[in-house]
Amino acid sequence: MRSKVFYWSAWILVLFCLLLAVVLFSFCAGPVNMPLKKILKVIFEGRGSSEYSILFDIRLPRIILGFAIGGALSLAGVILQGMFRNPLVEPYTLGISGGAAVGVCLNIVLGLSRGLGIISLPVCGFLGAILVILLVYFLSIRKGILKIQDLLLTGVMISFISSSLIMLIMSVSHTEDLHGIVFWVMGSLEEPSWLLIKLALGIAVFGLVVSYLFCFDLNAFSLGEEEALHLGINVERTKRLLFIIASLLTGFSVSVAGIIGFVGLVVPHFIRMLVGRDHRILLISAFLCGAIFLIFCDSLARIIIAPLELPVGVITGILGGSLFIYALSKKQVSLGDK
Amino acid sequence: MLELKSLACGYDLKQPVLQDIEFKVNEKEFVGIIGPNGSGKTTLLRVITRILKPNKGVVLLNGRNVWQMKFRELAKYVAVVPQNFGGIDMSVEDFVLLGRIPYLERLQFFESKMDLLIAQRCLSLTDTFKLKGKLMSEISGGERQLVLIARALAQEPKLLLLDEPTAHLDITHQVSILDLIKKLNKELGLTVVMVMHDLNLASEYCQRLVLINEGRIYKTGTPQEVLSYKIIEEVYKTVVVVEKNPVSAKPYVVLVSQEERQKRN
Repeated sequence: MRSKVFYWSAWILVLFCLLLAVVLFSFCAGPVNMPLKKILKVIFEGRGSSEYSILFDIRLPRIILGFAIGGALSLAGVILQGMFRNPLVEPYTLGISGGAAVGVCLNIVLGLSRGLGIISLPVCGFLGAILVILLVYFLSIRKGILKIQDLLLTGVMISFISSSLIMLIMSVSHTEDLHGIVFWVMGSLEEPSWLLIKLALGIAVFGLVVSYLFCFDLNAFSLGEEEALHLGINVERTKRLLFIIASLLTGFSVSVAGIIGFVGLVVPHFIRMLVGRDHRILLISAFLCGAIFLIFCDSLARIIIAPLELPVGVITGILGGSLFIYALSKKQVSLGDK
Repeated sequence: MLELKSLACGYDLKQPVLQDIEFKVNEKEFVGIIGPNGSGKTTLLRVITRILKPNKGVVLLNGRNVWQMKFRELAKYVAVVPQNFGGIDMSVEDFVLLGRIPYLERLQFFESKMDLLIAQRCLSLTDTFKLKGKLMSEISGGERQLVLIARALAQEPKLLLLDEPTAHLDITHQVSILDLIKKLNKELGLTVVMVMHDLNLASEYCQRLVLINEGRIYKTGTPQEVLSYKIIEEVYKTVVVVEKNPVSAKPYVVLVSQEERQKRN
C-alpha cells in the first residue's frame, strides 16, 4: 500500500509539472510571440503595456478555461466509462454534448440570456445534457438490462439529431445570433465573461471533489452492477448522482466553450493504460491530463495558421476522432462486456 | 438465520419464476439448492441478495427484512460468490481488497492496515497468497474461483452464498473448492447456501438439500431424504439409479442412457 501511495504521488507530481510546462507554453504561444524572458520582463514592469494585457486579459482566461473545461470533460468521460464499463462512452458519443448544445442554442435564439442574465446559458446546457442522458439511458434498457451497443448507437443518433436541430435553429435565427452560434458550436475557449470562467472552474473542481466521494463505488462498478450491489453499493442512487455530475460537467463546459469533442474519450483511454483502473488515481489523473491536453490543443489552434485562429474543437475532433477509430479497431478495449 | 417466508417473485408479474418458497437455514448449516435448469435456483439467490424484489413474502436475516437493511449492512453480513469473474482486469490482491468496500468510510481513500491484513488472511485461507501479484486474466479458472471466494471472505460475512462454484472446473478443482467451503463452514462457522448442478457433489458435501422444481420447493431434507430415485426421476424426467457411495455412504445418483433403458425393458 505504501508503494502505491508513493507511486501515485510521483505520478501526480509529474502531471503537475507537465501542466506547468503547458501553461508556460500557452503563455508564450500566439500571434504575438513572447519568449519566457520577455514574459518575466512584462510582469515585472506591471500593468499598462499592451503585452501585459495580452498575457493577462487574453491568454490567462483561456488557460484557466482550458484547465476547467479539459478537466471537466475528461472527468465526465471517466465517470461515464466507469459506470457503463465501456471505454467508448463519453459525453460526446452519448449525445450529452449535443443535448447541451441544443439547450444553449435555444437560449441564444430565444434571447433568454438577455432577460435572465448570463447564468441562464449554463442552466440551459445542463438541462439539455440531463435530458439526453435520461433519454439515452432509458431507451437502451431492454427488460431491465442495459445494452451498451444500444446505448452507444442511441447516443450517436441523438448527436445527429441535435446537430440537425442546431442547424434548424441556425437557419431560422437572426444574423447577429447566427454568428454567435456558429463560432460557439465549433468550440472555442474565447470567453469574454469572467463570471462564466470562474463558474466553469468552480464546477469542474466541485465535480472532481464529489466524484472522489464515489471512487470506491466506481471501482466496485467495474465488476458489474450486481456485484457492486453485493459489495454494499446503493447502485441506483449512486448511478443517479453520477449521472447528474456528468451532466453538470458536460452541460456547463458546452455552454461556455461549445462542442469540444473526444477530450472525454481520448484522455481517459490513455490514462487508463498508464495508471491502471483504480479510480482513486484515475479521476485526478484524467482531470489533470484533460486540462493539459486542452490547453495544449488551444495553443496549437492559435499558432498553426497564425495570425488566424482555428477553433479548438477542430483540433480535438481530428486528433480524438482518429484515436477513437484506432481504439475501436483494437479488440482489447472491451471492458468485460461480451 | 436466513428465513424465506411464502416468497413469490419473477421478472414480470404474470409469470412468477418462484412461488410459495418457504424454508429456513440455521446458523452454521451447509445447504445446497438443487433443481433442473430453469427451475429458479439462481433467481432464488438474487432474491436473497436484494437484486430482485419479491412480489410477495419476505426474506429475513436474523429476523430482519433484507429490504429494510442498508446495502452496506447487508454486504457485511452476506457475501456472494458469482459463477464467474466478469469484471475488468486487475491484480489478484486489488481484487480481494474490493471485498473490503463495505467497511470503508465515504471520506476514506486508502484501505487501513487492518483491511490489508484481512485481505492477506483471506488469500492465505484460500491458498492463493502466491498469486497476489498476478493479474486476474493470468490465472486459471480454478484459481480464479478461489480468488472469488477470497474476496467474498474479505467481506467477513456470516452467510456465504455461492452460485455453482464448481461449474466448468475439472475434478481436482471441484473437490478442492468444495473442501475449502466445507472447511470454512466447519472451522469458521460460516453458514453456506450453495446452488449446485451436480447432484453427487451436492450429496457429498451438503448437510441439507432444497430441491426446486418449476419455481416451487419440491422437497427439502438430508441428501438421503431428497435424493431418492423416485423424486429425481419425477423432477428431472429421466431414469436414474440411486446407489450408495462406497466411501461416504451418501446417496450416489447413477445416470442411465436411453440405449441401456431400452435393453432392460
